[in-house]
Amino acid sequence: MAWAADGWLLARVLRSPSAVAGLDAAGWTDLLAIARAEQLIGTLAFRLNGLDLPPSVVRILADARASADHGRTLALWEAEAARRVLAPLGVPAVLLKGTAFVAAGLLAGEGRSIGDLDILVPRDSLDVVEQALLAAGWEWVKPDPYDDAYYRQWMHELPPLIHRDRDRMIDVHHTILPLTARITPDATALLRDSVELSPGLRTLSPNDMLIHAAAHLFADGDLAGGMRNLWDVHCLVSEHGTAGLVQRAELHGLAHEASRALRLAAALYGEGSALSWADRLYLRRLTARDGWGRRTRPVLRQAFYIRSHMLRMPPAMLARHLWTKWRGGGAGPQTG
Amino acid sequence: MRHVFTVRIGPVGFRVGSDWRAPIEQLTDLYAGYPQPEDGVPDFTVRLFARRPWRRVVRPSVMIGGDYILPDAAPLPLAQGLLAAEMGMNLQMALGQRRYLLLHASAVERDGRALLMTGVSGAGKSTLAALLSHRGWRLMGDEFALLDPQTGLIHAFPRLVSLKNQAIGVVERAVTGARFGPLLAGTPKGDIRHMVPDAAAVAAMAIPAAPALLLFPSFGHALAARDVPVSEAFVRLTQASTNYVAMGERGFGALTRLVQAIPAQAIDYPDTDQAIAAVDAAWAAL
Repeated sequence: MAWAADGWLLARVLRSPSAVAGLDAAGWTDLLAIARAEQLIGTLAFRLNGLDLPPSVVRILADARASADHGRTLALWEAEAARRVLAPLGVPAVLLKGTAFVAAGLLAGEGRSIGDLDILVPRDSLDVVEQALLAAGWEWVKPDPYDDAYYRQWMHELPPLIHRDRDRMIDVHHTILPLTARITPDATALLRDSVELSPGLRTLSPNDMLIHAAAHLFADGDLAGGMRNLWDVHCLVSEHGTAGLVQRAELHGLAHEASRALRLAAALYGEGSALSWADRLYLRRLTARDGWGRRTRPVLRQAFYIRSHMLRMPPAMLARHLWTKWRGGGAGPQTG
Repeated sequence: MRHVFTVRIGPVGFRVGSDWRAPIEQLTDLYAGYPQPEDGVPDFTVRLFARRPWRRVVRPSVMIGGDYILPDAAPLPLAQGLLAAEMGMNLQMALGQRRYLLLHASAVERDGRALLMTGVSGAGKSTLAALLSHRGWRLMGDEFALLDPQTGLIHAFPRLVSLKNQAIGVVERAVTGARFGPLLAGTPKGDIRHMVPDAAAVAAMAIPAAPALLLFPSFGHALAARDVPVSEAFVRLTQASTNYVAMGERGFGALTRLVQAIPAQAIDYPDTDQAIAAVDAAWAAL
């Protein structure tokens, strides 16, 4: 290979699958390891389906597609399980992220790896929703009272619950950013303009889906999983365009984040974009992965990790939080 | 990574990278008779690395990483680097394999038909597979039997045979001329020594076999044998499969067809001679 492999190798191939024509065995090996590490192997498998590829690669990608198909079935079943609990309460389940993409049959859902079920409900129904889920077999994951109280007071979601039979996690959100963040998205508008898929199941509007991905990436997280998030953004833009996006993002206070998401998604997967120096720093962080699937650029990673916490809470609170977590032996980039 | 080893075991290609030379040299030596991954593209990557850079040299301990990882896996001392590599490869299979239903079983073949032996750790599946492979059977593997959901055939996965504790001496005495790896004393699973499958097992590893008999051996009891009903065999195999749930409907279908197609027997045995005799008897009765 002429270049040292990093996330850009995966981005180039997702952007134009014909780029695999230049790959030798070592290049394929790097590409597959990076795609697995970024949880984009299923997406890659769908993107390259039907191309003339080496037999070993054909088999590996066929396995990845089968795995993604199975994950899709599980995700949709979990959404249905949540719908059945919420329906008697008169609360629709607004699906978020991966489950929403597959339930709505969106491009972003093709091959997507899906972990937890994320749903959005009105804040004033949180208590009844929580009680109904507990009665239906979900249980607490976090036994630590500090964590539990922290979630309830400051987070945008209930502490995570896990179903005792199916071993699947549910995150019940009431908005899309922590209450400690400086930005306050309009949760009422998110719910009001959500789109019905079938009775009792909804998704956010396409623009809100994109804004949620941007909020998750740039206003909350340390950019872990960012290549996958920006692939979601890229797919949403290519299917729904960006009409009304700017006004909508301003409504939620997330205009900067949404436009950064568009620029970076275009740089990675689209036609490119004019980038600021900060954008380039983000891209260096997002593509920090080597051909063994290892994380690279540790200093930059640490900087973004610290930044994510500074965004999430005011300094005094952050100091208190980190002190509590440190005494408990938990906090750090490894666990984050 | 600094040191790299690649190999194909049965239908599965691996790439192992290491911060240290020693585990890679041992792998290269013990797997010398094996082919390379098809097209040069391995199915899975394993990484053996130091948690911190200085731990490469100061009290070196081997962390196991790769495409698929268990978050809480404890590191091993460098002297057990070979074991770490083997565990890393098994881990990729257990967590990432989706083409075949994995049965935690040993498998040997005769006349194109496979005998599967499964049971808890210490039941004797590795020992029996190693001994049978010295008595005219082809060793297909001692850890995983690969069941193809499409064909119902068993594919070989003849990695190094992992002998533990008393089994090491038993097999060393019985299998003359076999090659063994270094003795790894005091591992989390006790003493371990790897046996290299014979050349015939490696040469034939791409040839699958039709399953013919399923045995549940159990060491340390008076000799006894009983037929195992289909329902019990099914449940015991779901527990003995690391990817049954992840395979979804394909796994259910494959396992249902397997237990309906072949007889299953539980065999208690006090020593290996009686076990071999019981296996021969069960095979002859097919």
